Amino acid sequence: MKITLLAAGLIAFATSAKADAPILTVLTYDSFASEWGPGPQIEKGFEAGCACDLQFLTAGDGAAVLARVQLEGASSQVDVVVGLDTNLTAAATETNLFAPTGLTVANTLPTPFADANFLPFDWGYFAFVYDKTKLATPPKSFEELAASDLKIIIQDPRSSTPGLGLVMWIKAAYGDRAPDIWAALADNIVTVTPGWSEAYGMFLAGESDMVLSYTTSPAYHLIAESDDTKAAAAFSEGHYMQVEVAGKLASTDQSALADAFLAYLTGDAAQTILITTNWMYPATTPAAGMPKGFENLTVPTKSILLSATEAESGRAKAIEEWQTALSK
Amino acid sequence: MANSAIKIAPAATLGLMIAALILGSAAMLAWNADDWALNPADWAALRFTVMQAVLSAGVSTVLAIPVARALFRRRFFGRDSLIKLMAAPFVLPVVVAVLGLLAVFGRAGPLNGALAALGLPPFSIFGLHGIIVAHVFLNLPLATRMILHGWHAIPAERFRLAALLGLPQTTQFWHLERPMLRAILPGVFSVIFLICLTSFAIALTLGGGPKATTIELAIYQSLRFEFDLGRAALLAALQFALCAMITLASLWVTVPTAFGAGAGQDLGIPSPLGWRLWVDAAAISLSAVFLLAPLGAVFLTGVGNLSELPAQVWPAAVRSVSIAVASALIASIAALILAQSAARHRSGWFDLAAMLPLSASSLVLGTGLFLAIRPFANPETLSVLVTIVVNAALTVPFLFRLILPEALQLHADYGRLVQTLGLGARTELRFITLPRLARPLGYGAGLAAALSMGDLGVIALFAGDQGATLPLVVQRLMGAYRMQDAAAAALVLVTISFSLFWVFDQIGQRNAAS
Repeated sequence: MKITLLAAGLIAFATSAKADAPILTVLTYDSFASEWGPGPQIEKGFEAGCACDLQFLTAGDGAAVLARVQLEGASSQVDVVVGLDTNLTAAATETNLFAPTGLTVANTLPTPFADANFLPFDWGYFAFVYDKTKLATPPKSFEELAASDLKIIIQDPRSSTPGLGLVMWIKAAYGDRAPDIWAALADNIVTVTPGWSEAYGMFLAGESDMVLSYTTSPAYHLIAESDDTKAAAAFSEGHYMQVEVAGKLASTDQSALADAFLAYLTGDAAQTILITTNWMYPATTPAAGMPKGFENLTVPTKSILLSATEAESGRAKAIEEWQTALSK
Repeated sequence: MANSAIKIAPAATLGLMIAALILGSAAMLAWNADDWALNPADWAALRFTVMQAVLSAGVSTVLAIPVARALFRRRFFGRDSLIKLMAAPFVLPVVVAVLGLLAVFGRAGPLNGALAALGLPPFSIFGLHGIIVAHVFLNLPLATRMILHGWHAIPAERFRLAALLGLPQTTQFWHLERPMLRAILPGVFSVIFLICLTSFAIALTLGGGPKATTIELAIYQSLRFEFDLGRAALLAALQFALCAMITLASLWVTVPTAFGAGAGQDLGIPSPLGWRLWVDAAAISLSAVFLLAPLGAVFLTGVGNLSELPAQVWPAAVRSVSIAVASALIASIAALILAQSAARHRSGWFDLAAMLPLSASSLVLGTGLFLAIRPFANPETLSVLVTIVVNAALTVPFLFRLILPEALQLHADYGRLVQTLGLGARTELRFITLPRLARPLGYGAGLAAALSMGDLGVIALFAGDQGATLPLVVQRLMGAYRMQDAAAAALVLVTISFSLFWVFDQIGQRNAAS
């Protein structure tokens, strides 16, 4: 109790000491800013060299973050947005609320990505994660999954970037047959959550057999919890990629600080932190290489990624197909 | 004459303000709806909204019949407490109910444990099942109390006469009880149907995706997920039309009373033995377990974590209490003014103004206000104010109904006296009106405060990172699967809700004239 009081006092002191420092407000998705996510370490690392106060705001999952930016419009107090992906960058640019970053950072992404407004900070492959001790023979494709009576939890494509990624994945893999695949999957879906955090939490609590996440998620269990029971099912259609990006709002009053943060986020120190806190592949492989445990992960033989413009032109229709098929 | 003009002015202004809020919101929605065509998912939401409301109301009503009948003809230890307890779910915060139901009916809960032990497939609390279970949990007690009232309204002499004549149970049911049920059940059904029609928090937490989306939830998703203002406006207009239609239709049905005397003295009604005793015992114990187990689960999970409440709980609690007290006071004053004027002037306009909010819902008003505010300010900065206004408006009809009968009585008893003595408005209020209406006012304000405290509706639309109310914090903790923290916060929420009700009710009782 005494220690808590002391800590509270110290925090109050530290906060007042920083009162005059400029505040950089970063809007991101829930799990990024959570105590077990990258947020705390990134904040500490950046504040060590910026003489500023970095504050995170959250708004559900990645797609809801974009809705929040639109809702607040030009009056937003947010300076930097972290956690959109390439399925949303074109829509984000169309809002005219984002400003060019003015930075070019070399990256080691498997597919090239360049956008004046957005910098990639990590990437991964979407996949269904399961428990090897409970499920011996996982499905090898969407069709096998749909034919099984396995229970899955997915995310809403309107609020969540993994949810949107799944919709784009099925659309890219099946084209006009996408509505049929969704109709067949309907009875496997236990529930559709607004974001990744809720879905993964429910899966870990035993509410489903599989959950939509990433091929890199099992690394968390392996490295952080020494638990090798989780695995990602490899699908023969190939796996849709996600490239997560960050950008700066045009309305920011901390433009230089925002640029400094984006440079930090894509630099070696933050890239190293992201691997074992966001559990994704770094946009630029750090000098020290990848941590042990990542070499054992499922690596898809075929990867799929629609370009930002392709994704934007097909997004509304793909979501409508999803919604129609699942509302029957 | 001048006096009467002074008295009518505030009520008329108030009526116009309510009309402006409700009809203004509706106009705002109509103005902003960019396209009047519903897509297949919208139709699905409309169908689902009506279907789940029909099923929830139907199941609640049907299950309440055996429970009410058993409570009517049996006397046992704890009967009065059980009936009193059945008034509680009406003001129980919905998130707390959901949390308790998840603990009991979730995959890891005792129900699925038992099903697994018996080799039966698991029950899923998500989707249509879950929504209906939650609605029945919240409305079965309400239905039971209303039907129990009906039973008590049958003169006891008739039962004694039936026993004297040696009528079999089935004949007695046919001639005494069936007519009562026929008269009362449509009202019970329509009240619960209306409540479930605007269900948001339950669909938000237990809905299973597009298949289980109510219109209220679809409004929220359009705004917070897609930021599609046109679509949100269209859906809100649809919800408004639906509620207005159903409210108009339900005017033909008499709404039975659920509150007031219900404990019932021993009337010496013969209670049949044999298998009927076992059926009654089963109805009572099953319903008691169904109602108590989820609350017990929240209590047990939460009480251990009370010492480690997440930091955001306290500021949220302060915000919620301010909202609850402010909206309860506004609603009570508004309902009092309207009821007094309705009693005095016998004009249907005041009734209409007071009942108008029934045609709107939390998210309908929220969307209307959101659209109205956004061109001028960031809606998030006004979340508390908007929540107070919306909660106050939505509780006015129901406070009005509580106060009106007493206001009519008061006017009949004292109207002439006040006129003869030429009492001023202030004197009349202080010495005649307030002391005599203190009881329903206190009781109504208590209900309004508790409802507002537990409300998770419009705030979900407006609140940003900061500015969350306590029910929203519980919902977010639940979403993050921090169930222990959620249960602890829920316990705080329930305690405050019931305390608020108790305090207002006490104030009313203490200040009542005799």
